[in-house]
Amino acid sequence: MGFRCQTLSKTYDTRNGHVAALDDVTFSVAEQEFLCLVGPSGCGKTTLLRLIAGLLSPTSGHITFDADAADGRPNCALVFQEHGLFPWMRVLENAAFGLEMQGVGREERLARAQAFIDKVGLAEFGHSYPHELSVGMRQRVAIARAFVADPQILLMDEPFGSLDAQTRLVLQVELLRVWKDHRKTVLYVTHDIDEAVLLGDRVLIMSGRPGTILKEIPVPLARPRDLLSRENQDIAEIRWQIWQTLRDEVHKSLHVVG
Amino acid sequence: MANLANTERRSAQELTRGRLEPVASSERWIPALIVAAGLALWEWAARTGHIRALFFPPPSEIAETFVQLAGSGRLWLNLRASLSRLFSGYALGAIPGLILGLVTGRSRRLRVILDPLIAAAHPVPKVSLLPLIMIIFGIGDASKVVTIAIVCFFPMLIGAMAAVREIPSIYFEVAENYGARFQQVLTRVVAPATLPLVLSAVRLSLNTALLLTIAVELITAREGLGAMIWFAWETLRTEELYATLAVTALLGVGFNAILELLMRRLVPWQAEYRR
Repeated sequence: MGFRCQTLSKTYDTRNGHVAALDDVTFSVAEQEFLCLVGPSGCGKTTLLRLIAGLLSPTSGHITFDADAADGRPNCALVFQEHGLFPWMRVLENAAFGLEMQGVGREERLARAQAFIDKVGLAEFGHSYPHELSVGMRQRVAIARAFVADPQILLMDEPFGSLDAQTRLVLQVELLRVWKDHRKTVLYVTHDIDEAVLLGDRVLIMSGRPGTILKEIPVPLARPRDLLSRENQDIAEIRWQIWQTLRDEVHKSLHVVG
Repeated sequence: MANLANTERRSAQELTRGRLEPVASSERWIPALIVAAGLALWEWAARTGHIRALFFPPPSEIAETFVQLAGSGRLWLNLRASLSRLFSGYALGAIPGLILGLVTGRSRRLRVILDPLIAAAHPVPKVSLLPLIMIIFGIGDASKVVTIAIVCFFPMLIGAMAAVREIPSIYFEVAENYGARFQQVLTRVVAPATLPLVLSAVRLSLNTALLLTIAVELITAREGLGAMIWFAWETLRTEELYATLAVTALLGVGFNAILELLMRRLVPWQAEYRR
């Protein structure tokens, strides 16, 4: 399901006055599109995802979803940077959590969870507890959990941000593979330019706080894309474009912090 | 893919192994050996007159007294009196403490009201309230039970409050994101997330309850382990004193062992959560 964010703003009231996290953010995501959002750290990317997921309300502006608003907000599954798996549930129960909340019976939801756990290569770990898994494996479970819930929109908040570079490469490819079979509308937030170019149909670039959309760069390249190959001039060109836009923002955010 | 998963798991296991280094079984026997050696030394010293048998009767005599006490039924009668006081007081204090703690942990407004009250009331040595409670509830069992209840109330309240407040907010966000209703949040998030700290609070308040039961019985009761200890002292029956002390100690050890087992059974994921 596609959706559109229209002049979204979010201001937090803190002890030291108002802090604007997002300012006049407008963009739309098409049905089954994989949209990446890149920006310097602390630019309100996470806030944006929470607004779309309905965990926060915007200060002004609104979000409209394609499809009849009759059944209210569509299912948006959010994948957090810190996996957010429940340590007291086994892998399968964690993956089936969304279905459990939807009232799907135990047998069926565990079977459906198992199917996705298989897909992310954890077939034998269904009965493990999260603490028995490595960080990369936990993040796979978190992704499986999102897909199992069969959401109309998948919101991902730097899901691989805390992984080492090699694990990240493997999981990125894996994510694309699962997504190819289960096309969801994806909004993927990252601060990693390469990741955005590898995954997205389009890349939105966000400014530093308060976050606003600076530029939109399409990535009209067939998947799978090979970032490591030196021949692909298109990829290099797109990366360079993104960096051109982002560089000043990163410098600015460093000055504010430092 | 599966291969990679296996490697990752192996390295995870290696990490765990470092933390739970297996202890050689011979080392586990050392504490028991120390106790046995101490008892043997005591027995020898008492029998040969190196220590006064009136104050330190030999362990074999204490064991004999224990068997007599158990055989005559006097021990069980007193044990039952103590346990019924302990558990009545515990139920009366710990259950309201738990419920109030869970609710207060979730509600900021309630915390603002209750925090200063708890801070003021908690440090008061509750046993000093006993005379006051006896004025109100009489010299019977009720005043003892109430004192024990008050003592159990606070660790449960504080433990439950901390348990709820320490739930990382991400778990609530995940639950909300997947459409959990209030009751589902309670059963699938709050209950399991608070279980480790609540169990610690149960253990803490149970130990305090045992302490208080004995203390209160030393002062006023005619039945109960504390009363037995006091009676043995008054009549200078030291072997009976030691036998009762041993029962009291075993009771404490038993409570802790049961709770330890419960914890391992109910919270197999605790290692991760407490990280």
